[in-house]
Amino acid sequence: MKLTKLFGLFIIASCLVLPASVFAEPVTINWWHSMRGPRGDVVEKMIGDFNASQSEYKVVGTNKGDYDETMNAGVAAFRAKKQPHLLQVFEVGTQTMMLSGAIYPVFELMKDAGIQVDWSRYLQAVLAYYMNADGNLVSMPFNSSTPVMYYNVDMFKKAGIAPLSKTQPITWDELGEITKKIVDAKIAPAGMVTAWQSWIQVENYSAIQNLAFASKANGYEGLDCKLEINNPQVVKHITRLKSWADDNRFMYGGQKYQGPSAEFVAQNAAIYMDSISAIAKLIKTAKDFKWDVALLPVEADNLKPQNSIIGGASLWALNGHSKKEYKGVAAFLKFLASNDMQEYWHRQTGYFPITIDAYEALKSKGYYEENPFQEVGINQLNRAIPSKISRGLRLGYFVQIRNIINEELEQVWNGKKSPQEAMDTAVSRSNDQLRTFEKTYK
Amino acid sequence: MLQAVCPTPLIAMIKRSFFKSKYLPYLLIFPQMAVTLTFFYWPAIQGIIQSFLLSDPFGQRSTFVWFYNYIQLFTDPLYLGSIFTTFVFSIAVAAVSISWGLLIAVMANRVLKVKALTRTLLIWPYAVAPAISGIMWLFLLHPSYGIVALGIKRWLGVDWNPVLYGHDAMAMIVVASAWKQISYNFVFFMAGMQAIPKSLIEAAAIDGAGPFKRFWFISFPLLSPTFFFLTVMNIIYSFFETFGIIHTVTQGGPGGSTNILVYKVYQDGFVGLNLGSSAAQSVVLMSLIIVITFLQFRFVEKKVQYGG
Repeated sequence: MKLTKLFGLFIIASCLVLPASVFAEPVTINWWHSMRGPRGDVVEKMIGDFNASQSEYKVVGTNKGDYDETMNAGVAAFRAKKQPHLLQVFEVGTQTMMLSGAIYPVFELMKDAGIQVDWSRYLQAVLAYYMNADGNLVSMPFNSSTPVMYYNVDMFKKAGIAPLSKTQPITWDELGEITKKIVDAKIAPAGMVTAWQSWIQVENYSAIQNLAFASKANGYEGLDCKLEINNPQVVKHITRLKSWADDNRFMYGGQKYQGPSAEFVAQNAAIYMDSISAIAKLIKTAKDFKWDVALLPVEADNLKPQNSIIGGASLWALNGHSKKEYKGVAAFLKFLASNDMQEYWHRQTGYFPITIDAYEALKSKGYYEENPFQEVGINQLNRAIPSKISRGLRLGYFVQIRNIINEELEQVWNGKKSPQEAMDTAVSRSNDQLRTFEKTYK
Repeated sequence: MLQAVCPTPLIAMIKRSFFKSKYLPYLLIFPQMAVTLTFFYWPAIQGIIQSFLLSDPFGQRSTFVWFYNYIQLFTDPLYLGSIFTTFVFSIAVAAVSISWGLLIAVMANRVLKVKALTRTLLIWPYAVAPAISGIMWLFLLHPSYGIVALGIKRWLGVDWNPVLYGHDAMAMIVVASAWKQISYNFVFFMAGMQAIPKSLIEAAAIDGAGPFKRFWFISFPLLSPTFFFLTVMNIIYSFFETFGIIHTVTQGGPGGSTNILVYKVYQDGFVGLNLGSSAAQSVVLMSLIIVITFLQFRFVEKKVQYGG
C-alpha cells in the first residue's frame, strides 16, 4: 500500500521534472578555485549571478583548498582526464601551466568563441604578468594584488613626522630617517616589518628599480634564464635592511604575513609592508590606532620608478572539452570582466578591478574618496608602462626559488651569512632548479 | 570446509583441527594482500620509477634520466644538511619523550589516590593531532604573541626568537613533537611496569633497596623490551608524523634549520611540483628508515631481555 503510493509519487515527480530537462539542459562549466571564507561567498554570488543571467550554461564552482592544493587537484584530474574547464592557479605556477600542454590560451579561447575583447582597456600591469612572449594573454587575471606600505599614523604624529603621500613614494633614505626617529624616541620597539620578504623586498624592489630579476627578460624569453639578484643594487638593499635590523629599524617577523602583521597590530612596529589585500584584515584587527597606506619606497636616484608587480592568481582554461563548453567558458570570463562584477569583486575583496572601465566607474561614483586606501595600489601599478623587467617573472620551480630566497635572507637576518654571500648562494641554488626545470621541458 | 579431524571433544581441545583445502589460506589472506599491494607496494614502486624520471606534473613529458635526481640531491649541501637535521630532530624527540614518559610513568605508579583519574589525564595529550599540538605550542612560544616566550624574554633574559634563530626553532618543534608523544610512551611504560612481578620488587625492598635502586636494578632492565619498542616507534613518529607540526610551526625555517626530510618531500613534490626530485627523496627516506630499523633490530635488540 505504502509502496504503491510512493511509486505513484515518483511517476508524477518524473513527469514534472523530465520535460524541463529535455528542453533546456544547460551546459555545465566546472570551475575549481581556492577562494573560501568571505571571498568564497563573493565567488559564489558571482557564479549565481551568471547562472541567473542566462540559461545556456551553468557554472559550478568548487573550492579545492589552498592554492597548492587546487593546482594539485587540477594536475591529478587532468591525468585522470576529469579536469575542470577552469582552474585557478597562483601566479608562481604560471610558467608550469604555460608549458603544460594542458591549457587553452585565453586569447585563443575568446577569439574562437567570437568574443571581441579590447585588451587595451585592461590594467596593463596585471595583464603583462599572464602574457606570453608574443604579448598574448594566456590566462585570465582573477585576483590580483600588489604590495604597499602601511604606517601607524598615531606614531608618526608622536614623532612629528608628516603623513605620507598616496601618489608620490618616499625614498628608502627617508624611510631610514623616519624609522630612526621612531626607534630613537622609543615610540615603537621597531621601525618596520615586512611580509612576504622575497615578493616585496626582492621581486618588487627589483621591478620598481627596473632591475632584472633573471636574464632573458625575467624568464619570459627562454627557459635558459639565470637569476641575477646578486647584483650590487639588490645586495645593497639587503645590506641596508640588515644594518636596520641591527639597530631595530627593521624587525624580521617571518616569511609569510602572520608574524609581521601581528607586530604591526600590536604596535611593535610603525611601518608594515604587505599586499593590498591586508587592508580588509587591518580594518578588522587594527582598531587601537589610526593607520594609513602609502606607496612602497624607491631609491633616491630613481626619478621614474616602474610599476610594482602583482601577486595573486589567474584562471586557466584546460584542454579536453567540447567547443560548446568553451563557448560557455568564454561567456563566463566575459561576464566576470564586466564592470558590475569587477566593481563588486573590488569592493568586497580589495583585489584590483582588472579593467580600466571598472576602475573609472568606481572613481566616478566616489568610491576612492570614501576608501582612499584602495587607490594606493592602483596608483603604484599604473604609474608607468610595464617594462620588460617590471611586467613580471616567468620562472620554473618558482615556489622552490622563493623558498631558497627566503632561506638565504633568513641567514642574513640571523647573521650567519653576509648579504653578498647569501644572494650568491640564492642565485646558484636557484639556477640549479632552473636547469632541472629546463631539462624537464626540453 | 572446516573439518575437525579428531572426532572426540577431548582431543579437539588440544587444537588439532585444521583446514583441508589447499587454497583457503590464500583466499583468506587475499584481502590483506590486496590492500597491502595496492596501497603500499604499488605506490612505492611507482615512486621508485618516478625517481629516475624528469616529468612535468601534467604527465605530458617524461624523460628517463638515470640517477640525475639522486645526483642533484647528494651534491646539494642543503639536502645533506636536511638529513643531519632530521637525525638531530628525531634523536632529540625520542630522547625527550621517552625519558619524560618513563619519569611520569614511575611517578604515576606511585600515586595512591585517584589513580585512574591521574592516568587518564596523563594519556589525554596523545589524542591531540600533531597539527593542533603545533599550533598550541606556537601560541605559547611565538616571539611576538607567545605568553611563555614573553616570559622567557622578560625573566630569563634570553633573546628567544624561533622566527629568526634556527636553534630556537628546533627547540620549539622538538618540544611540540615530544609533548604529545610523552603520553604514548607513558602508556607503554605504565603497562610494562604493571607486568613486573610485585614479588621481585618486594624482595628487593626487604633486602633494603630504596625506591631508586629498586627502579634502577629491577624495573629498568625488565622494561628493556618496552624501551626498544618505543625507540623504534618514536623514531618513526619523528621521521613522518611530525609533518603537521613542522607545517604549522616553522614551515622548515628559519633558513632551512627545521627542514626535515619528510617536509622537504612535501615542499618539493606537492607544492613545488618537482615530482622526480620528490620521488628520489622519498626513496632515500624509505631506505633510511629501513636501515635504521634494521640496525636497531640487529644490534639493540640483542641487549633486550624478553620474558620474565
